[in-house]
Amino acid sequence: MLAWTLYISLLGVAVLMLLPRGAARPARMVALLTAVVGFVIALAGCLTLDPGKLNTITRVPWIPSLGIEYHLAADGVSLTLVLLTGIAAVAGILFSWNIEHRAKEFFAFYLALIAGVYGVFLSFDLFLLFVFYELAIIPKYFIIAIWGSTRKEYGAMKLALYSFVGSAMVLIGLIAAYVVAGAKTMSLVELAHFAFPQSFAMWAFPLVFVGFGILAGLWPFHTWAPTGHVAAPTGASMLLAGVVMKLGAYGCLRVAMTVLPHGMDPWGFKLLGFGSWRDVLSLLAVVGIVYGAMVALVQKDFKFVIGYSSVSHMGFVLLGLLTLNEVGLSGAVLQMFSHGVIAGLLFGVVGRMVYDRTHTRDLGILEGMNLNKAIPFAAVTFTIGSMASMGLPGFSGFVAELQVLIGAWQAFPMLAVVAGLGIVVGAAYTLRVLQKAFRSRCRGVGTDFNAGTDRGADFDRSRPGDWTLSAAPAGSDCAELRLAAV
Amino acid sequence: MDWIVQKLWLIPALPLVAAGLSALLKQRQRRLAAALAIGAMVLALALSCMAFVSALQHPGQGSVVRQGVNFFWFQFGDPRNSDAAVWLGWVLDPLTAVMLVMVTLVGLLIFIYSLGYMAHDDNFTRFFCFLSLFAAGMLGVLIANSLLLLFICWELVGLTSYLLIGFWYHKPSAAAAAKKAFITTRIGDLALLLGMVWLYSQTGTLLFYDGGHGCLEQSALARLVAQTTTLGMAASTGIALLIFCGAIGKSGQVPLHVWLPDAMEGPTPVSALIHAATMVAAGVFLVARVYPLMAAGDGGGGAVAAALQVVAWVGAITAVFAASIAAAQTDIKRILAYSTVSQLGFMMRGLGTGGVAVGMFHLITHACFKALLFLGTGSVIHGCHEEQDIRRMGGLRQFMPITFATYAVGMLALSGFPLVFSGFWSKDEILHSAHGWSVSHWPFYLGVFGALLTAFYMTRQVCYVFFGSLRSRRREEDLIPLPGSTETKSEPTHVGCYDVHESPAVMTWPLVGLALLAILLGFVGTPAWPWFQDFLNGERAVLAPGKLAEPATLWLMALSSVVVISGMGLGWWLYGRKPQTDPGALDVLERARPDIYALLRRKYFVDEVYDATVIRFNSWWARSCDWWDDWVWNGAVQLVSYAVVGLSWLNRVFDEYVVNLGFDRGCRGLTEGGGLMSRLQGGGVQGYLRVIGVALGVLVLLLLWGCHAS
Repeated sequence: MLAWTLYISLLGVAVLMLLPRGAARPARMVALLTAVVGFVIALAGCLTLDPGKLNTITRVPWIPSLGIEYHLAADGVSLTLVLLTGIAAVAGILFSWNIEHRAKEFFAFYLALIAGVYGVFLSFDLFLLFVFYELAIIPKYFIIAIWGSTRKEYGAMKLALYSFVGSAMVLIGLIAAYVVAGAKTMSLVELAHFAFPQSFAMWAFPLVFVGFGILAGLWPFHTWAPTGHVAAPTGASMLLAGVVMKLGAYGCLRVAMTVLPHGMDPWGFKLLGFGSWRDVLSLLAVVGIVYGAMVALVQKDFKFVIGYSSVSHMGFVLLGLLTLNEVGLSGAVLQMFSHGVIAGLLFGVVGRMVYDRTHTRDLGILEGMNLNKAIPFAAVTFTIGSMASMGLPGFSGFVAELQVLIGAWQAFPMLAVVAGLGIVVGAAYTLRVLQKAFRSRCRGVGTDFNAGTDRGADFDRSRPGDWTLSAAPAGSDCAELRLAAV
Repeated sequence: MDWIVQKLWLIPALPLVAAGLSALLKQRQRRLAAALAIGAMVLALALSCMAFVSALQHPGQGSVVRQGVNFFWFQFGDPRNSDAAVWLGWVLDPLTAVMLVMVTLVGLLIFIYSLGYMAHDDNFTRFFCFLSLFAAGMLGVLIANSLLLLFICWELVGLTSYLLIGFWYHKPSAAAAAKKAFITTRIGDLALLLGMVWLYSQTGTLLFYDGGHGCLEQSALARLVAQTTTLGMAASTGIALLIFCGAIGKSGQVPLHVWLPDAMEGPTPVSALIHAATMVAAGVFLVARVYPLMAAGDGGGGAVAAALQVVAWVGAITAVFAASIAAAQTDIKRILAYSTVSQLGFMMRGLGTGGVAVGMFHLITHACFKALLFLGTGSVIHGCHEEQDIRRMGGLRQFMPITFATYAVGMLALSGFPLVFSGFWSKDEILHSAHGWSVSHWPFYLGVFGALLTAFYMTRQVCYVFFGSLRSRRREEDLIPLPGSTETKSEPTHVGCYDVHESPAVMTWPLVGLALLAILLGFVGTPAWPWFQDFLNGERAVLAPGKLAEPATLWLMALSSVVVISGMGLGWWLYGRKPQTDPGALDVLERARPDIYALLRRKYFVDEVYDATVIRFNSWWARSCDWWDDWVWNGAVQLVSYAVVGLSWLNRVFDEYVVNLGFDRGCRGLTEGGGLMSRLQGGGVQGYLRVIGVALGVLVLLLLWGCHAS
């Protein structure tokens, strides 16, 4: 049944393509309906399937001569991420409600992207997984290049090229693994049981891990993320930060670490204090945590702050994965979910509620706008999102980061301390942006917003109905946050 | 188990529900919001009293009786093959019981006081919502039986502190102070978090008491002490120090004290409740709670554990450090803020040298008289129309008699005036234990000096505020700020203090209540009847008036009386004898020693040093990361893309000039050849005939030559 998340999204694409030109309203409705149905299916799947084992959904031969199968299945990790995709898809479509320019095409690309994401999370055949992984890249390019804002062509191209470089590395690793294992099967389950020679794993593991890691914002291959997130339209940023970055982390866990676990074994010698690929990669993850937070601290563009905070938070995911203990791994998966929801919420507020109304994301200008009074709902929502992003107890980010830290403490204590520093800097940049954007000095308390500043003329509160509608998913995101916390 | 132990969770839950409900209220439903908050607090107080009674009914025989409920929260990973689980719980022991009553009682009085103080504020509803949320967090810290639950509530308290300091966020100084407070305490919290993670990794539980399996119980402690880390330190010491860092942040100890004075930007009831009586004492409470861990360790054989030594030293240094700064401040709230920092240092020293009961006794008495002083200050500020600079006050004794009387009680209690006031007994206890400390006598000497300073700066403040004559702004030119008052940042809205008035009854009654407590509380912990100490230690208190007459006790009491009276005398001699009349005049100390005064006035330049080091380094680092991202990583990407473009260009050149050129040449050769050939077929019949004729001739010649040859 869970496979229908994928089919229904593709069906949505087909229906959208059949719609007449310029029909924005029906296109929105179709997209929303599709996403909601997908979400409901995902939710039902989460409630009914046992997360403790591998639930096979479909398994039929696809290219029998090569041993490639059409194998969809789900375990606990997949279920979590499928649910996250469902939530992000619905929220993203609601936040894209104001798209008028070629709405039909926008939503078609959007649903295609979602279909690709669902596909990756459900595939248990490497070839199939790779196909969906590639399928997800193409719509991203068009969505950013056509509907984006700041430097959109650059951002779109950068994102697409980074993704393709990553998938090229992954492809080489996959084909090599396929051939080394005897060229009989691409099934993840069977490859995971195959004993790859260590010499092979030693070079294939970093190739595949970094290949997927690029999409997860692994430092220093992260620079696509902030530019891409900033250039993307709101709904797409939510999806990019919320779900697409998780594709990379999921690939690292599902493919690199499951198929080639011996790639993480010690090298047998020490180079600059590193004894294995695991040491190197976990250091990169921790550098990403602190580095992303530091860079976020000095950004002038509101969206760049959130973009870099995503790099920082994804560092926790990668660190959690590399701890290789149960606490760290479950922390990493929870962090994927939690960051997906939080980043979606923050990007939604910044893009749709602030940028679309003020037409600026420059924190220096926003500072003078007294947005707390002008758009109080956005202020409250953003405050809640920030609290969660800072990892305050009571929010999902805390439980996730705590587990990652416990795991990391057992595996590499020094790195855990440094990662903790990232949390402090995280509080600093979050408070900075919160105060600059919403709680800064207002020019005359209680006066009308437009009277205070000449920039007020740009301010657009003219569509209240639209506003409440798109506000709803933000609320549901908050509820989700609390859900995730308990 | 008592009913109240089962239902102990209600105590924090009630204010939490009140906060949740009042968050949903409209801004104009002020009465309802206040009623919710105060009602929840009254119920919480009632329950706390029941808990206290319940704790009283179980007198231990030399050991503390602890009752609690633990419950399962969540599991790491798959429940079938993992036993890594997280449990939470609450506990009722004398420590919790005492703190619960103190926090709910002081909290209730401050809530009532806020009715008057915040009456004209637009965001009255939000204020009470935050206050209730704070109360929930604080009470949660107190009942927690798990370091994790304690940490969760601890952060909630930090969050509400942030929200309330920045309550008037349109004031840039308030917004900055809120941020500073949050981030500074967060640094301490990071250490606490790491300590918690370490503790969990070592013991597998975060419950304090769990029928022998808790992390503060014998078996776990023994394991922790046995573990040594790389530095040769026992794991227990390392964890205890990390946890203490959290307490340093929250309780404003050196070197993380910088946030607390700035936190005075918040409304005064907030300063009283959070930044004087309760939240900042949470750090002291935390140390008291994990005292077994602090005291465990490498001390064996009568020596004092390393962690406790650190606690005592940090406390002793903080106490004198902050007290000396307080002597040169002119903002009425900042003086009290530094005084709070100093008194928290006293408590830490008490914990470090004398154990839980000594530190906690001062915590409880201090909470009462410091809340009293802050509320008195609020009354003064309210009466003087938001004036906070003591140089512009003076003579308020005549205008606000009740405030003056209660303030005087608080001031005497804080200074530790002999025999009658609670501060005397609790401070004496600390000095006593510091005197008997086996490691060093310096904490004792520092303590005596700190007590002297305390008496001095409090007398100075009272002289400035209540004695002499009113030095308010009378003329327009007085609006120019006083020298050196840039950092006081007070922004008075009204000019002139002609109509200084006493505050309404809703504000003065809490003052009276707290003043009574400030006097009476001292008598539950005197050496003659150390009921408080025995209660915390689980023993039965015995009345022994003879103890008062013991030479050691008597000698110390006499010493501290002399110190306090001489400090007050000094203050009176310098400030009370000849009151200042001109607000712009130099301070007496400033005239005598401008250099020392400037050093104290600028708080030993700690803020400046932090600005120049930590903050500058941080922003330099952030900037260089940004630069690195922009130029190095992006540059590398650009470089790669240029390289690819260059390669493509080379390919094109190769295509154009090598591959294409050959092809083109070949083609051209073919074309030209074709053209040449086509000339042969121009259509001229004569030409064809000529060719045929020539060909015929050649053929004939060939044939002939061929025949000849054969």
